[in-house]
Amino acid sequence: MLDISTWFNDALAGNTIFTADTLGYYAQGFVTTTQLVFLSLIAGLIIAVPLAIMRSSKHKWISLPIYLFTYVFRGTPLLIQLYIIYYGVVFIDGIQESFLWPILRGAFYPALIAFTLNTAAYTTEIFRGAIKATSQGEIEAARAYGMSRGLMMRRIILPSAFRRALPAYGNEVIFMLHASAIASVVTLMDLTGAARFVYARFYAPFDAFLFVAAIYLCLTFAILYFFRFLEKRLLAHLQPQTP
Amino acid sequence: MLDLQGYGPRLIEGAGVTIQLAVLSLLLAIILGLLTATAKMSRNWFLRRTATVYTTLIRGVPDLVLMMLLFFGGQIGVNAISDMLYYNYEIDLYINFNAFAAGVLTIGFIFGAYMGETFRGAFMAVDNGQIEAGKAYGMSSGLVFRRIRFPQMMRHALPGLSNNWMVLLKTTALVSVIGLTDMVRVAAEASRATHEPFTFLIPVAVVYLLIASVSEWIFARLQKRYDIGFGGQ
Amino acid sequence: MKKLVTVSLLGVAIAAASSAQARDYDNVRIGVDVPYEPMEFRTAEGELTGFDIDLGNELCDRMGVTCEWVEQEWDGIVPGLMSRNYDAIMSSMTINDERREQVLFSDPYITMPSAWFAASDLDISEANEETLAGMTIGVQRGTLQDNYVTDNFSSVAEISRYSTADDMVLDMEAERLDIVFLDFPIGQTTLLESDDADYVVIGERISEPKEYFGDGFGIAFRQRDEALAEKFNEALAEVQEDGTYDEIFTRYFGEE
Repeated sequence: MLDISTWFNDALAGNTIFTADTLGYYAQGFVTTTQLVFLSLIAGLIIAVPLAIMRSSKHKWISLPIYLFTYVFRGTPLLIQLYIIYYGVVFIDGIQESFLWPILRGAFYPALIAFTLNTAAYTTEIFRGAIKATSQGEIEAARAYGMSRGLMMRRIILPSAFRRALPAYGNEVIFMLHASAIASVVTLMDLTGAARFVYARFYAPFDAFLFVAAIYLCLTFAILYFFRFLEKRLLAHLQPQTP
Repeated sequence: MLDLQGYGPRLIEGAGVTIQLAVLSLLLAIILGLLTATAKMSRNWFLRRTATVYTTLIRGVPDLVLMMLLFFGGQIGVNAISDMLYYNYEIDLYINFNAFAAGVLTIGFIFGAYMGETFRGAFMAVDNGQIEAGKAYGMSSGLVFRRIRFPQMMRHALPGLSNNWMVLLKTTALVSVIGLTDMVRVAAEASRATHEPFTFLIPVAVVYLLIASVSEWIFARLQKRYDIGFGGQ
Repeated sequence: MKKLVTVSLLGVAIAAASSAQARDYDNVRIGVDVPYEPMEFRTAEGELTGFDIDLGNELCDRMGVTCEWVEQEWDGIVPGLMSRNYDAIMSSMTINDERREQVLFSDPYITMPSAWFAASDLDISEANEETLAGMTIGVQRGTLQDNYVTDNFSSVAEISRYSTADDMVLDMEAERLDIVFLDFPIGQTTLLESDDADYVVIGERISEPKEYFGDGFGIAFRQRDEALAEKFNEALAEVQEDGTYDEIFTRYFGEE
C-alpha cells in the first residue's frame, strides 16, 4: 500500500494541475455521473415499458397522451427540461415546508427527475417500434393457442421486442451518458463539473477537458462492448449459422 | 396573456441566433460528413484511418465537453499561432475567435462525424451497376457523382439526415452554457432576473417544438421528391 | 459539388478570422462578466451599466479611444483575454499573485472586502469550521471566494459552484443554499437590499489573508500590453484627481 502511494506521489511530482486534490474531484465526479446515469436509466426503463404498451394501443385516448409526452420530451432540449424542473420546483407553493424539500433541495434529485423523464420518452419510442415490428405470424400462433392479450404480451411480444430493441437501447444509454454532462449547469459536481472547476482554477482548458474526455471515451467503449456482448448472447439466433 | 416583461425583443433575437447557428452548423456538418464518408470508402489507408479516428473520438465524448474543449482550447490554439508570429516576427496579428463562428465550427465538427456515418451507409446502398452504367456512357466521375450517386444516395440518407438535424437543433441549446446569447440563454437570464422561470422557459420549449415540426414536414416533402421513380418503396 | 465545398469552407474560415487586423488601440474591447450588480449589470431593456462600466467608459473618454464591452462568463474570462476576444478585463477582478502570473494588472481602482451572507434566521454569529459544518455554501466558480472556501471549508461543508452571481442569489432565495460568500457590495445590492427576504451579514467583512484576497480590484491586460496598461493608469490617476471618480463611486455606493 505504501508503495502505491509513493509511486502515485512520484508520478504526480512536478505536476501543478493534477494533484491528489483535483484527482479527488474527478473521482467524486465519476461517482456522481455514474449514479445519475445508472439510476435515471433504470427508472426510465421501468416507466417506459408500460408507456410503450399504452402507446401501441389501438385506442386513441390511451395512445395519444403518451405520444404527447414523448413528443414534448424528445422535441425539446434536455437543458430546458432541466432548467424547468430545477428552477420550477421552487415555485410549488409550500414546497420548502413539505417533506419532499430535503430531497428536492439539492441539485441531484431535480437532475435525476429531468434525466429520467427524458430517457423514458426516448425508450418508450424505441420499445414501441420494437413492439410494432413483432411478426404477424408470432401473434397469430399465440392467438391460435388461445392466449389472452396479457399473456401474449408477456410471453410472446415483449420478450422478442426487448431483443429487437437492444441495439437502439444501447445507443440511448450512451446518449444518456453524454447528455448527463449538463448536470454541472445546476451546480452538480459530475465529471464535467469537475473539469470546469479545474479549468476555472488553473486556466488550463486542454488539461482539464482532455482528461475528462478520455474518461468519457472509456465509459462509452465499456457500454458499447457490454451491449455487443449482450447482443451476441441474446440475439444468437439471428446470427448467420456457421457450419 | 403572456407578459415577457420587456425581454420579448431579446428573446426573438436569441431565436434568430439559434436558427442561424443550427442551419450553418448543419451545412458545415453535411460538408464534413460527405468528406468523411468519401475518406472512409477511399482506397487510401491513411484517409480511412483518419476518418475512423475522427468519427470514433467525436462520438465517444459528450457534446458539451467537446464544445468547451474546442471553444476554450481553440482560442488558446489560435493564440499560440499569433504569439509565435509576434515574438518571432513582430507581427501583431489579432485573430478574433468570434463566439458565433466558434459555435458553428464546434457543432458542425461534432455532427460531421454523425453525418459521415449516415452518408457512408447511404453511398453503399446505391446500386453499383448504375455507377458502372454511368461510366459506360462516358460520364466523368464528377458527373457520375452529381447525376447518379448523389441523388440516389440522398434518398437513403434522408431519414438519417433528418434524425441528425433534430439532435443538432437541440444541441444548439448547449452554446448558452459557453456564453453565446441564444434563446435559451436569454430565457435563463430572464428567469433569474424576474423569478418567473415558466414564463420564459416554456415559450422557448414551444419554439423548439415548432421548429422540429416544421422541419419534419420539410423532410417529408424532400423524401417524397427523392423517392420519385421508386414507387412506394 | 467540389466547388461548393471549397467555397463554403473558405466562407467558414473567413468568418472565423473575420477581424484579423493589426492592433493600435483606437478601439479597446473590454471583457466583463454580467450580471454582478452593482459593479456590472443589465437593465431589462438590455442596457449595460454599473460602477465598472461607468468608470471604464470615463477612462476611455479620457484616453480618446472608443470602448466596446464584450460579455464573457467568469470561468472563461482570463482565457478570453489571452485569446484576444478583448484587450482588457474590467470585471471586479481582484489583484492577486496567482492571477499576476497570467495577466498584467493596472493600479487598483477600488478595494472591496468579501463577506458571508445568510438568511436572518440562520443562527450563527461567525463563519468558521464549526458553525459551517454540514451546511451548503454557495460561491461563484473560479473566484477568489471559491478558492478561499474550497481550501478552508471543503472538508466540513458542501460547496455549490455557480457560473453567475445571479444563479447563486436565486438558489439562496429558494433556500437551496444556507450561506454564500461574496464580494461585499454585490451581496449588499442583491441580498441585503432585496425585498423578497431578510438577509444579514455573518461576522466581519473579510480581506485577509492577502494570499486569497489580494490588493483590490484591477484592470487586467495581456502581459505584453504594457503601453495600454500605462495609458489606463494615467487616465485613472486623472479621474481620481478631478473628482469624477468620487462622483461615479457615489452613484453606486452612496457616501461612505
